[in-house]
Amino acid sequence: MAKKDAPPRWDRKMQQRLARGEAAALGELYDRFASLVHGLAHRVLGDERAADGITREVFAHLWEHPDAYDPRQGPLRTWVAALTHRLAVQRLRATETAALAESGRGSAEATEELERRVRHASVAARADYIVQAMPAPLRAALELAYFQRRDYRQTAADLGVTEDEARRRLRLGLQLLSTAHDVAAPGAPPGYGGAA
Amino acid sequence: MSDATPWLSYDGEGEEDEQRDGRPGGEDRDQAHGEDRVPTGMNGPDDTSGPGGTGGPGDGDDRGDDGGGGQEAPSSPGPGRPPRVPLPRASVEDSGLPLPAAPEPALPQPLRLEHPVLKSLLGAWALAACSAEETAAVEEHLGDCGACADEARRLREAVGLLQRPESLDLDPGLRTRVLDGCLTRRPPGIPVPRWAQSYDAETARLDALLQDFGDAEWHAPVRLRWFRGQEATSRRTTVAGVIAHLLAVAGLVALALGLDDPLDAAGTRDAGEADRGADRSRAADCPPGTPAHRTEAFWAASRFPPTRSVRGPWRDQTHALVRTVSFTGGEGHGAMPVSYGGFELPLRDALLDRAFECWVHAEDIAEAVDYPYAPPAPRHLHDMIDLAARMLPKTLAARRRAGLATPSHHTRHLVSAGRPGRSLRLEIEGSGGGQWLIPLDSPGAVGSADHEVAHVALDDVEFCRLAAGHVSPEEAAAGQLGDREAIRDVLFAAASLSRM
Repeated sequence: MAKKDAPPRWDRKMQQRLARGEAAALGELYDRFASLVHGLAHRVLGDERAADGITREVFAHLWEHPDAYDPRQGPLRTWVAALTHRLAVQRLRATETAALAESGRGSAEATEELERRVRHASVAARADYIVQAMPAPLRAALELAYFQRRDYRQTAADLGVTEDEARRRLRLGLQLLSTAHDVAAPGAPPGYGGAA
Repeated sequence: MSDATPWLSYDGEGEEDEQRDGRPGGEDRDQAHGEDRVPTGMNGPDDTSGPGGTGGPGDGDDRGDDGGGGQEAPSSPGPGRPPRVPLPRASVEDSGLPLPAAPEPALPQPLRLEHPVLKSLLGAWALAACSAEETAAVEEHLGDCGACADEARRLREAVGLLQRPESLDLDPGLRTRVLDGCLTRRPPGIPVPRWAQSYDAETARLDALLQDFGDAEWHAPVRLRWFRGQEATSRRTTVAGVIAHLLAVAGLVALALGLDDPLDAAGTRDAGEADRGADRSRAADCPPGTPAHRTEAFWAASRFPPTRSVRGPWRDQTHALVRTVSFTGGEGHGAMPVSYGGFELPLRDALLDRAFECWVHAEDIAEAVDYPYAPPAPRHLHDMIDLAARMLPKTLAARRRAGLATPSHHTRHLVSAGRPGRSLRLEIEGSGGGQWLIPLDSPGAVGSADHEVAHVALDDVEFCRLAAGHVSPEEAAAGQLGDREAIRDVLFAAASLSRM
C-alpha cells in the first residue's frame, strides 16, 4: 500500500529534489505514483499502451517542469492525479476525433456521442480517485456493503462500530463519490497550463 | 486551475462538514428513539440485485411535484420550507453507466421512522444494505420528501460509480522506459551512478511485487537456500523474514556510507530476554559482521517474527542508499570498501551484490506466493554475472586453501601476479551474457586465451541460479569441454559464492 498520509513535507522535499535534477528523486516519485497515474489513465483510455504513454508524459512533465507544482496549492498526489486526468482526457478526445474524421462521420450526433464518452470516462476516473483518496473507514464500509454484499448491520459488526456509524459512513462515502459528477466545465478542453 | 479544483476537494476535507450537517444536535435522540423500533436481527433479503432500477424510487421527472409533498413531512427541520437539494447535474442514465437492478420488493408492514433516521438510511438504502422493512419505509418516505428523494437519486447514481480497482500489474520495464525518457529530455544534475542502477531497479521491482500482499502472503513460508562447502543448505523463514534479511544485510552498505544501521534500530545490542533463543544461538554461530550473523541477530532482536511492517524501513533504506551514493561521489566513489565480515567489496560491487540478492530473493518470494517474476534487464543481469566472474578466482583460491578444490598440481610454480595463467573460458549465453576467462591458479593471474584448459557454457539465468546456490553444481545445465577437474572446481566455486 502506498503511504496515503505522508506529510506534506515529503511533497515539498520532492519538489526541491526534482528541481535540483536529482535522478534518485525521480525514481522515488515513480515508485510512489506510477500505479495511480497508470490506473487513472487506463480508466480513461481503456488501453494499456495508451496508459503507458500517458505515464511517460506525466513523469516527463513533472521532471522537466518541477516548478509547475506548488506545494502550497495542495498535495502532490492530487496534482499528479489532475495532470494525469487532463492529459488522458486530451488524448482520448484527440484519438476519438481523429477516428471520427477518418470515418467521415462529422455529424452533430457523432460529436455529441464523443463528448458523452469523454464525460463518462472522465467521471469514472474521478470516481476511482475519490475512492482511493477518501478516508479509509469510509472506503472499508463501502467495500463491505457493495463488494461483499453485507447489510449495514453486518457492516457495523465487521467494522466494530455502531449501526448509526455504519449508516453514516455509507451515506458519507456515497456523497463523496457522487461529486465525481461535478465537473467544472464538462466538455471544455482543459488547458495544459492550468493546474500544471 | 479550474480543472484541478474538483480534485482538491477529494482529500477528505468534506467529512467534518458532512458530519455536522448530517447530525445536528438532538438528532441523536430521535435516532435512538427510532432505532428502538427497528426489529433487530431482520436483515434484508439476501438479494444479490442492487437497489432501485430505472423505475425505482427517487427516479423520474416528477420530482418537482413530489418535492411539494415532502414539505409536509412531520419531522421537517425548522419552520417553513425545508431547503431543496439541487437536482443532480448529470444522471446515471446520461452517463451510460450500468444501473443496479431493482430489488425484490418485500411486503412487510412499513416501519414508522422519523425523518432523520430515514435520511441516515439513504446510503445503506442506495447500496441495498437495509432490512426489507427499512427499505420499504425509506421508499415510502421518498414519495413525500423531495430533499431525500434528490439525495437518494444522487447516492444511487454514485453506487454505479463503484468499480473494482483495476489491479493491473505494471510492466516492470515501464519504470526504466519512463525514467530513461525523462533523463533524455532533461539530463540529471545529480545522476544515479551507473553501478547503482541495478540496485535501484531491482529494489523497485521487489517493492512492486510486495505492493498488494496481504497478511497471508507476508507470512507465507520461504526457504532461503545457499551452498556451503560441498553441499546445499537452507534456512526457513517467511516473506517478511526475507525482507528483514535484505534490510539487515544492506545495513553493511549503510554502515559504510555513514547511514543508520537497521540493527541499531532493532535493538540487537540489548536483545535481552526475548524467547527466541534459537535465533540468538544461531547468530552466535556465525562470524560477527557477516550477512548471516546480521540476519540472525536482526531476527532474534524481535520477540515476534517479522511482519509487513518491515517493508517501510526496508524501502526507506533502499531509497537512502541510492540517494546517498548519487550525492557522495559519482562514479569514482565506487571503490570505497564495504566490509562483509570475512571480506570486503568495493561499494560499486557491494551494490551489485545487493541487487543480485534482491532479485534472487524476489524470486524466492514470488515462488512462495505463486507469482511470476522475470529476470533483471539484460544490462543489469550482465553486470551481476560479471561480478560473479570477477569473484571466482579468489573463491577458487580460498576453496583450495580449505582443501575443497583440487590443488594446483598441474602447475609446479605459482603464477605471479599480473601474468597470464591457466584459464577456463566461461561462456554465458542469453541477453545478459558474455565471455570471461577465469584464471585458475592464482587470483592475481590474468585470464588468458592462450592458456585455456577448459570451456564451460551456461545460460545467463542458469548461471545466476548456480551462483545463488539454487542449483547444485552437479545439476547445473552446463556444456563442458576440457579439464574436468578445472570445470568441477569452477562450478563449485560459483555455487559457493552464495551465502545466506
